Amino acid sequence: MTGTIMGAADISRALTRIAHEIVERNDGAADVVLMGIPTRGLPIAHRLAARIAEIEPGYDAEHACGALDITMYRDDLFKNPTRTIGTTSVPDAGIDDAVVVLVDDVFHTGRTIRAALDAIRDLGRPRAVQLAALVDRGHRELPIRADFVGKNIPTARSERVDVRLEEIDGEDAVILRKGE
Amino acid sequence: MRHLLSTKDLSRDDAILILDTAAQMAATQEREVRKLPTLRGKTVVNLFFEDSTRTRISFEAAAKRLSADVINFSAKGSSVSKGESLKDTALTLQAMGADAVVVRHWASGAAYQLAHGGWLHGSVLNAGDGTHQHPTQSLLDAFTIRKHLVTDPMGNDLAGLTVAIVGDVLHSRVARSNVHLLHTLGAKVVLVAPATLVPVGVEPWPCDVVHTLDEAIESYDIDALMMLRVQRERMTGGGFFPSPNEYTRLFGLDGDRLRRLPDHAIVMHPGPMNRGLEISAEAADSPRSVIVEQVANGVAVRMAALYLLLAGEEGAQ
Amino acid sequence: MSRPIVIENASLYGDITASLLIEDGVITKIADAIDAPDDAVVIDATGLVALPGLVDLHTHLREPGREDAETIETGSRAAARGGWTAVFAMANTNPVADTAGVVEQVWSRGREIGLVDVFPVGAVTVGLKGEHLSEMGAMADSKAKVRLFSDDGVCVYDPVIMRRALEYVKTFDGAVVQHAQDLRLTEGSQMHEGVVSAELGLAGWPAVAEESIVARDALLAEHVGSRVHVQHLSTAGSVEIIRWAKARGINVTAEATPHHLLLTDESARTYDPLFKVNPPLRTQADVDALRAAVADGTIDIIATDHAPHAAEDKDCEWAAASFGMLGLETALGVIQKALVDTGALTWRDVARLMSEAPARIGKVDDQHGRPLAEGEPANITLVDPTAAWTVDGAQLASRASNTPYGGIELPGRAVATLLRGVPTHLDPQLEGAFA
Repeated sequence: MTGTIMGAADISRALTRIAHEIVERNDGAADVVLMGIPTRGLPIAHRLAARIAEIEPGYDAEHACGALDITMYRDDLFKNPTRTIGTTSVPDAGIDDAVVVLVDDVFHTGRTIRAALDAIRDLGRPRAVQLAALVDRGHRELPIRADFVGKNIPTARSERVDVRLEEIDGEDAVILRKGE
Repeated sequence: MRHLLSTKDLSRDDAILILDTAAQMAATQEREVRKLPTLRGKTVVNLFFEDSTRTRISFEAAAKRLSADVINFSAKGSSVSKGESLKDTALTLQAMGADAVVVRHWASGAAYQLAHGGWLHGSVLNAGDGTHQHPTQSLLDAFTIRKHLVTDPMGNDLAGLTVAIVGDVLHSRVARSNVHLLHTLGAKVVLVAPATLVPVGVEPWPCDVVHTLDEAIESYDIDALMMLRVQRERMTGGGFFPSPNEYTRLFGLDGDRLRRLPDHAIVMHPGPMNRGLEISAEAADSPRSVIVEQVANGVAVRMAALYLLLAGEEGAQ
Repeated sequence: MSRPIVIENASLYGDITASLLIEDGVITKIADAIDAPDDAVVIDATGLVALPGLVDLHTHLREPGREDAETIETGSRAAARGGWTAVFAMANTNPVADTAGVVEQVWSRGREIGLVDVFPVGAVTVGLKGEHLSEMGAMADSKAKVRLFSDDGVCVYDPVIMRRALEYVKTFDGAVVQHAQDLRLTEGSQMHEGVVSAELGLAGWPAVAEESIVARDALLAEHVGSRVHVQHLSTAGSVEIIRWAKARGINVTAEATPHHLLLTDESARTYDPLFKVNPPLRTQADVDALRAAVADGTIDIIATDHAPHAAEDKDCEWAAASFGMLGLETALGVIQKALVDTGALTWRDVARLMSEAPARIGKVDDQHGRPLAEGEPANITLVDPTAAWTVDGAQLASRASNTPYGGIELPGRAVATLLRGVPTHLDPQLEGAFA
């Protein structure tokens, strides 16, 4: 099946659910820091923070989000054209003893998350690291699993999953495309 | 990018990419763990035909913080004094599997020859060749200027800024590199030197030339003042100017001249400084001086250069 | 005696088509058509230009001392292939050619090889040190009959020594051949001082360092009534000074090299030491001025400054590399490309610039640079102006390979060289005639 898998309403519902799950899993959100993985993990992290703040008044959404650029931790740097390094930012309070939730748009081979775990280790020592992804499309190549998933989408390896977000692409949608 | 040999080869986009990458690198250097795994498995050779502890340790720190293996090859006083040629040295490095060669050489053009001689496959990074170029020095200068004087540095150039470079332009690879790079980045460059220390043939350079520091301070709104190191031997044997006192009087930066600069102007020096000759202690240690910061920025810029040269797909750069 | 040779339908000096009969080393007949004697070798020279054998007033053969770069034998072969029948071997060998013994050795070795007449140039000063005059009289009286004296490679810098040398050579109608370079103004110099040197950070060799010496020497020659020949003129300013000196009646002659007539300082941008030469390659304006001066006769001759260097002296940093480039085998092609094909020179001019005038300056015009005429020695160069070829340093006859023209196509070349009627070089296409 190809085409639009999730529309704006689906995405919104999924994120609301994930926000609830994060709060529930961590007995509140006091120590939760959301680290978005650029590019599209970033706006998703911000949306989740906003939803958590709705659930947990007093949660400082503004200062609970960070960006985690994993370019310099990738294991395929020498197999692709040179990548531009993105920004990494950590909330002022740091991540030591925090619960860091890594946020990405598509969870696939697990290599990005492996790199992200290494990157997190260089930034501090969180109490726990969890993973939230809008879409899990399978085909793991490493023993890594997600804690919070918006939607599981069975795919063929050759297919592509495009996540489009209002903040970047002007619309919210998840589209499954045939590979070449 | 395959090699970094001359700032003249850099487009505005190239230069901004390097500076932006350096900014990201600099951010990583504020962390507790400053080492990145990025260039694990890559070998960087520091090939120094000329002593320069400062430049060598800066490159060494940059390479090590990106987890590259570093081999220091001091050609001076070893194989070269026995007559080993640049070519044989290059073939040796090739045999050792150097992915990048950082070369400092007393001869202008040595880095270019190393890159184009067909002797080695790795990237060549010019760490200063004779009186020709020293691209990473000028990139760190541009980085420092941008950081201090451009409100929103990322992605932006130095348009609207005026940078004065004071001293021995004739023998300075730092000046040559900066003239091209700063111009490419949109800055206005003013060279300040006695005519004896300005090369014949300077006319096409994209810069102005004036012959006293006072004239430069009066005629331009200087945002950054870069003092070059004066080689004392140029005074005695070379006869490029009459005496150290006269040089200091006409070209030295002291407290008085410092106060006549715009309030926001910064003072730079590539080091090592001759305090009391081209720069007074008051100027060197003033809050306007960013000289120590230049050193720190040097590591970030060199990390950026190494990353951009080495982190791409082989052959696809 | 060797077999007679008939050269059929050659274009003499590029303008008269005729055939030549050569017997016992002498041109015995020139006619529209010649009935070849039975035992004659017949060369079909249709489309070829016949010139008097070329005379190079400025060659470095490196022997004795640097036989790893060139020998009299390899240099002679290179000369023959380039169309030369005589070369003047510069004195900067090791030992320096500053005694009768060394010049006789070089001269004899040249005779022994027999591919080209080697005329040694004697040093002006002992060891080229610029301090004491060498025994020029003894060299003049030797078997080598030296008439030209030069410290080439270095300038005779001391004005008093230069004056004495100019005076002294009058004794035997010699000339001082000057490498014009102010030594103080060129300490550490690497290339022409100008826009390119400023950018490349290579120490500049200013034009004035040549021009001031050219002017000084012209005035000295005038003052003492002697003869000076200025080597490898490289700047527009030097041309002006020579033009002025000649107009004034000073006995001065000047040469230009093929490389200064074709290449510019832009070549240094690759930092390839093959382009490092002394005096350095100059600007296009200088090249243009030199070409005009060659065409109008201000510059008397073209000479190669053939300077072989061992690979290790060129395969290195620019600043560490030796000055100099090969020239014997490429000169004709370069001159054709730069001056003949551009219409600045005729082949008759080439005969004057590369044979007649240098023979006269070198005082060998009783044997070389003679007219192509009956009764004259058969020193002849046949040029194929349509035989384009791509230069490859490794393929040249010189022991060294430091040509700056590698990979460049030259429009023509010498296809046969005859020294006193004996072929010293024959292109494969002509070898059949001698089978």
